[in-house]
Amino acid sequence: MFENLQSKLESALKRLRGQSKITEENIQEALVEVRNALLDADVNFSIAKEFIETVQVKALGLEVKGNILPGQMIVKLIHDELVALMGTGKSEINFNSSPPTVIMVAGLQGSGKTTFCAKLALYLKKKGRQPLLVAGDIYRPAAVDQLKMLGQQINIPVYFSEGKNPVEISKESLGYARNYARDIVIIDTAGRLTIDEQMMQEIEHIKTETKPREILFVCDAMTGQDAVNTAKAFHDRLSLTGVVLTKLDGDTRGGAALSIKKVVGQPIKFIGVGEKVEALEQFHPDRIASRILGMGDIITLVEKAQQEIDDKEAERLEEKIRKNQFTLQDFLEQLRVIKKMGSLKDLLGMIPGMDRAMQNVQLDDKAFGKVEAIILSMTKEERNNPRILGGSRKRRIALGSGSSISDVNRLLTQFEDMQKMMKNMSQNQNNPMQKLRGMKMPNFKIPTGFRR
Amino acid sequence: MGLFDRFKQKVTSIVEQSGLNKLTEGLKKTRNAFVDRLRFVLGSGRKIDAQLLSEIEEILITSDIGVHTTLHIMNNVKDIIKKEGYEDSSEIYNLIKQEILAILSSSSNIKHDDYYSLVHNSKPHIIMMVGVNGVGKTTTIGKLAYNFKQKQKKVLIGAADTFRAAANEQLEVWAQRADVEIIQQKQGADPAAVAFDTVKAGLTRNVDVIIIDTAGRLHNKTGLMQELEKISRVIQKLIPDAPHEVLLALDATTGQNGLLQAKEFAKVSTVTGIVLTKLDGTAKGGIIIPISHELNLPVRFIGIGEKINDLQFFDAEEYTDALFTNEEHDITDN
Repeated sequence: MFENLQSKLESALKRLRGQSKITEENIQEALVEVRNALLDADVNFSIAKEFIETVQVKALGLEVKGNILPGQMIVKLIHDELVALMGTGKSEINFNSSPPTVIMVAGLQGSGKTTFCAKLALYLKKKGRQPLLVAGDIYRPAAVDQLKMLGQQINIPVYFSEGKNPVEISKESLGYARNYARDIVIIDTAGRLTIDEQMMQEIEHIKTETKPREILFVCDAMTGQDAVNTAKAFHDRLSLTGVVLTKLDGDTRGGAALSIKKVVGQPIKFIGVGEKVEALEQFHPDRIASRILGMGDIITLVEKAQQEIDDKEAERLEEKIRKNQFTLQDFLEQLRVIKKMGSLKDLLGMIPGMDRAMQNVQLDDKAFGKVEAIILSMTKEERNNPRILGGSRKRRIALGSGSSISDVNRLLTQFEDMQKMMKNMSQNQNNPMQKLRGMKMPNFKIPTGFRR
Repeated sequence: MGLFDRFKQKVTSIVEQSGLNKLTEGLKKTRNAFVDRLRFVLGSGRKIDAQLLSEIEEILITSDIGVHTTLHIMNNVKDIIKKEGYEDSSEIYNLIKQEILAILSSSSNIKHDDYYSLVHNSKPHIIMMVGVNGVGKTTTIGKLAYNFKQKQKKVLIGAADTFRAAANEQLEVWAQRADVEIIQQKQGADPAAVAFDTVKAGLTRNVDVIIIDTAGRLHNKTGLMQELEKISRVIQKLIPDAPHEVLLALDATTGQNGLLQAKEFAKVSTVTGIVLTKLDGTAKGGIIIPISHELNLPVRFIGIGEKINDLQFFDAEEYTDALFTNEEHDITDN
């Protein structure tokens, strides 16, 4: 997420490092680079321009103090500006004091509204709410089926009424919600173009009839310069209460996040980070601004880890790492935990400096399946002491896991590298992140045979 | 679909097909926004200066043409201005148009007449549709199938999007609308197996063209991209030179990420052309210009609506004209 903007900003600011004073000249070049990086990231042209002007004015007023480099000060300045631009703090869904709370979801075709509705329903259900999904897209073929299937998958009811129009369906769903004690009503609407007057009127009617507490605009994070126009047009018609950015698990630089907030003036409430129904996260402007500037997103990583690893287990592991007793069995367990946490590439992307370190490394989560299979084909003894693995044992393991002997060998080499790396880490506990930054990555290339 | 619906659709399609102004209509919004601004910038008989050039640069960038390609266009235009000694702002308009046209037509155009008649193609002609999520692959397939069917071709569709909920049902509706056959398996089935079955059935049924739908996938997901490779590999067991056409569907609202999409998809499948979808909205689809510029990938089709006949051949000249020339005299008149 945002990797490219991050690296471009860094290269632009490199020129500022090591200079004693911020002058109009030495910042100019960097600012042009920053502007181009923002534009390449699909930040709206005017917003990028304004952003650059603000940064410049503030930068020139800065005094160079002590041993802080001007570059560092500008990084901080840009960071603060980015955060200010994307809104401060996180934003939750607002609820009505008397249920049901209606949430209407709107956006262009293919932005991911239906998937988001299901994700939001699951998210709220996990928070103890009783959501009802409403299938208000009667136009796209099988859109109703899609929502019904997703509803079934997450065990949340879907309201639909054959032969009725979206306004009627939405209106009726409120009665259904009251009768069946559903406290949240999430209305999925058809994708529509802002210049389609008839469709825009329809969604206005849905709003009038259902009085939504939240009207969320779903926007593809890959959207270009038009994002602000579309967002503004929806906002003018519906008075949006929030924005949802989808498909942020791609490699889009996501400049839309920077611009939409500014134009619509409403918070970005959620981001979609995958095709699975669980892949919904809250939007944290500070975290993403940090990522843009290469400071990493450690908070998210820690939070994710906390969800999956219990403290005692973590302590046990730490002990093992310190004593250099980390075995293949532990490795297997860790793999499984990591798999639960999400895609490996995403996780590594949250560690500062790791983005660049891993840039040319092929990371494939599916490859872990293969690694898992190899370890599972080992006996307990072999897992605890891989040194006993001779030719015939390796052959048996390869056969048992459907891989080749060279795959097994490669895994063992990687495991050894990893043990060394862990030893290094545990010896440098004072400042592990510093160490991580300067650390040379072991050759963690996944062998071609491991790819699907 | 009821008989009445079908009848109504036929009538509207005949009416609509007769007017080739659909593209112009679809692009009207785009063009107006663009031309209005160009007129504003160029119209007042200004002298060419740095301010003017930077205003033009802004217009190109806000059309999603991207910094890199915009600078390329502007540098060429500046060179010509210098060399030819242009002074009046009205000249710039044509220069920019020529630059963009040069980029777009370097991505070679197909011969439209032959596309649906398939005279130069082996039988069955196999088309695979790829792209990220939500760009309009399935819709485009419905339209493509319909167009082949209109040319009396026997079409078979393969539903290899076995991942997304109700993708099967959605494609089935389009197959019905186009009145063509479809091969499906249940959700979660191996997409390569579906593609294989489709091609096999296509050979048995002696169809002219096979169109394979694939699940939307983000181009940075290695596993999913390898799945695409696998689909090609598996159908090559039946027809070694298949797929003959790989169409990358690209949403016209897409920003600079579109270039990465095109690059990555071209790595795992031999993308032969682009379908620029949703061009009936306010987005300009300018990303196809850097794509043509850097990857030399031709744009085959444009999608300009949700109806079955809303797919048209891309024509570089027409596209550029529609974007720029329509009100040319208005601009220079002022």
